[in-house]
Amino acid sequence: MKTEKTHLPPKWAERVLEWYCRPGVLEDLQGDLHEFFDRNLENKGPFRAKVNYVIDVVKFMRPYTVKKLEILDNITTFIMFKNYFKTSIRSIGRNKLFSAINVIGLAISMSVCLLMISFLSEVFSYDNFHVDKDRMYRIMTSNQFLQEDPSDFASTSVLVGKRLQEEVPGIESSVIMRRNFGGDAKIGDKTIPISGIWAGEGFFDVFKAFPLIQGNPETALKEPYSIVLTEEAAVKLFGDEDPMGKIIQLRSENSYTVTGIVQKPPHNSHFTFETLGSFITYENERKKNSTGNYWISWNDIWSNYVYMVLEPNTSASQVNAALKAIQDEENAKNDRVNNYVKLQSIGAIMPGPDLSNNIGKSMNTSILWLLSGLTFIVILCAGFNYTNLSIARSLRRAKEVGVRKVVGASRKQVFSQFIVEAIIISLISLVFATLLFYVIKPEFLNLDGEIQEVAKIQTTPTLFIYFFVFSIVIGIMAGFFPAVFLSKLKAVKVLKDAGSTTLFKKINMRKVLIVVQFTLSLAFIISATIGYRQYKYALAFDLGFKTENVLNVRLSGNDANTVANAFRSIPEVTEISKSLMIPSIGNRYGNTLKYDDPMDSVTLYYNIIDENYIPLMDHDLVAGTNFESRPEQEKEEVIIVNEQVLKRFNIGTPDEAIGKQIQLGGGTNGNKVRIIGVVKDFHYAKISDGIKSFGFRYRPGEYDYLNLKINTNDIVGTMDKLKSAWLDIDDVHEFSAMFYDERIERAYSEFSVMFTIVGFLAFITISLAALGLLGMAVYTAETRLKEISIRKVLGATEGSLIKLLARGFMWLLIIAALIAVPATYFLFDSVVLAQSVNRISIGIIELMSGVVVIFAIGFLTIGSQTLKAAKSNPAETLRTE
Amino acid sequence: MKGTNLGEFQELVLLTIGSLHPEAYGVAIKEEIYAHTGRKVTLSTVHAALNRLEKKGLVKSDLGEATKIRGGKRKRYFTITAYGVRMLSEAKQQRESLWNSIPDIVFQVNLNGS
Repeated sequence: MKTEKTHLPPKWAERVLEWYCRPGVLEDLQGDLHEFFDRNLENKGPFRAKVNYVIDVVKFMRPYTVKKLEILDNITTFIMFKNYFKTSIRSIGRNKLFSAINVIGLAISMSVCLLMISFLSEVFSYDNFHVDKDRMYRIMTSNQFLQEDPSDFASTSVLVGKRLQEEVPGIESSVIMRRNFGGDAKIGDKTIPISGIWAGEGFFDVFKAFPLIQGNPETALKEPYSIVLTEEAAVKLFGDEDPMGKIIQLRSENSYTVTGIVQKPPHNSHFTFETLGSFITYENERKKNSTGNYWISWNDIWSNYVYMVLEPNTSASQVNAALKAIQDEENAKNDRVNNYVKLQSIGAIMPGPDLSNNIGKSMNTSILWLLSGLTFIVILCAGFNYTNLSIARSLRRAKEVGVRKVVGASRKQVFSQFIVEAIIISLISLVFATLLFYVIKPEFLNLDGEIQEVAKIQTTPTLFIYFFVFSIVIGIMAGFFPAVFLSKLKAVKVLKDAGSTTLFKKINMRKVLIVVQFTLSLAFIISATIGYRQYKYALAFDLGFKTENVLNVRLSGNDANTVANAFRSIPEVTEISKSLMIPSIGNRYGNTLKYDDPMDSVTLYYNIIDENYIPLMDHDLVAGTNFESRPEQEKEEVIIVNEQVLKRFNIGTPDEAIGKQIQLGGGTNGNKVRIIGVVKDFHYAKISDGIKSFGFRYRPGEYDYLNLKINTNDIVGTMDKLKSAWLDIDDVHEFSAMFYDERIERAYSEFSVMFTIVGFLAFITISLAALGLLGMAVYTAETRLKEISIRKVLGATEGSLIKLLARGFMWLLIIAALIAVPATYFLFDSVVLAQSVNRISIGIIELMSGVVVIFAIGFLTIGSQTLKAAKSNPAETLRTE
Repeated sequence: MKGTNLGEFQELVLLTIGSLHPEAYGVAIKEEIYAHTGRKVTLSTVHAALNRLEKKGLVKSDLGEATKIRGGKRKRYFTITAYGVRMLSEAKQQRESLWNSIPDIVFQVNLNGS
């Protein structure tokens, strides 16, 4: 008896039987099997009994025992579809206001999502066209100075590329490349500027997706002074002539031979080029010209790139191990700088981590996450609206559900009916969303040059399939809760007392959704306000010098004096100075600086200027004198530094510092220069960074920009004059000039982009939240109309009625504000702006402005509806009973 | 299936139902067949035959009372319908008339031959 109790047929086999067996036959079968199992238990023992049971379960699978196929059920649903469709359309048509709120809300937020979908699908399509893209890698470098935080570079050293090619097994093909090939190409008497990259022999083995149209891929980049052109470049240089074998004068009049024509890389390649110069040319020139071997040293990691394709059976970790061995060996030879190299898969470049010295386009993964997150929030808000309004109205549709259930609809069928309704709404919204998508697309692309460079957002058929699928998914998600809720209703209860509120206990979820919506809207508004204020702050920030009416003109390789002389004759140009770079917009030049201790060095950021620069920019000389005009080609002897340099090396007061010697450049190449002036600290970098050691150097001939002080009321006319003066000197390069203030504005465009995007999203979420609130207010006012009328008859005033109706909603808004304000404050104060040295302090104005806006909108929405209800004539509403 | 003809196994099941009356259900029928003929048939075979007989209208079934021994499941008891009885007796008569028409000599030859 004991064994009988402890041993039972295997549960899972029983479940299998229940799953396939028809209900009518099931009980008898189960019984017989169980009885038989018990007999076997006695005769043959538990194991055999169980085995037999399982075998019998399988054997019982016969036509007469197996259930009717599910398809038949589905066919019914399918047939009912027409009916669902019809009732849905009718219900949508009957409630025009609610349907409109839903469609408008969904359409607006969906258009943002469509934009995001097309943007993401484009970004993720980058580099997908490469052959063997799963085996394609490049070497990235982490550069660490002493114990400072390492910075990551997309570039690496030539040395690691060479050693990889010689020592590391399992590499199918590899190529070393370098930026900055190109310049002014001379063909006959024509001069045309071209750009390009240096590329080693293996280029076409690694990048098989860049096929040569003409020329031999094996030899095209083998010989020194070979150049490969893209088709476009060939047309630009040679017109219709056959370019193969032609000679181009380039880079100090060297003759390059055209050895191949290559297809232009597609738009979604993370790097692109106009021409390719053979890397061996660069090597030879360096071997011949440079005194040191820095270009092939472990530390010259700034402009070289190593790409490779691994053999199919080689793993990235094997190569990484080999690279680590090389890296350890090389780092041991250096004492201050360590470079760590590792592979980066080609698929992880774009989008990828934030790297310096990218060879081409880059898009930070975290930005994509941020954008998708924000978009998701927007669509969530629209979904909430649908869910909210549908559940609120379910009171009215409960009877319909009851009747359907009585007639024989299953829960699943009622569920699918409401899902279908949501999908229909969603598809209608998709139509409007697509129209809106075309409106906001150019706006988005024009937000920022970077976005434009990365994405074109072309609408392809696949994209429309994505859109369609997306809107169906949205429909299902938005309709899910209402469908679950309505399909759960019990027919008897609903039909007996439809008004009973006990059915709708769980409607508290509605309030939660409203609070979430308004919290998000508030957070968006506050973020946009803070972003805007920080942007304005950055623009108005006192950099320590004057930028008004300064026009910076790029020299594009022309002699600074020639251009300056040409501009001097224009009366609107009052002053002219020359400089190597434009400070305060994010670029920096650096060199090593030492004082008396040869082991103590610091990076000196510098600009090379002429004697007119400091007065023109109105820099404040604390001590000493400005540079004097000197003839060219003289040894660099003097420098003007900022106060930070004195502080860093304890040189004393500015006056004491004058005449002190400091050393520029490390090692044996160092050059002693004398401090002749001290300039007041100013912001040479972006204001988010602090001020460190900076110096003005005087090296005539090394200028890239002219700085013109312009005094005019007619900017367009002056620009035209400048342009024509420019064209007299140089008709090859474009006249490239920009006002300093505009450059700074552009440098801080991240803030302007941020507040534009966030501001736009804030606008959308607020509109959505307001729409939702409007819907809820209308609904409440309608359902409580009788109650209001009775109260009125009993003597309630309009004011007290409004208070009664609005109180609940206002509480929700207050809760939302209590969550959103501290959360956003914390986010900005300790995360977003935490690293900025110069930042606005977030005050009560930034925080409360959003709250005021939201409350105003909320009050208007609720107030208008409640007022309408409160003003209604009780005689009319009560008479119809 | 093939019209109204009884298969050999179906006839056996039908007869067993009759002999077990009124306690004929799946497992019992299987055991009875084993006891009488020594044939080891599986439960599913018996069930399939019962299902077919019921479809032909030769037997009918009713669910009995729930018992502990079968995991709380009720037994389905089978009884032969009037039509079933007629079919059985028809089959029996067909055989008997065939038996009777066999000349005695056949049996003798067979006995000798074996």
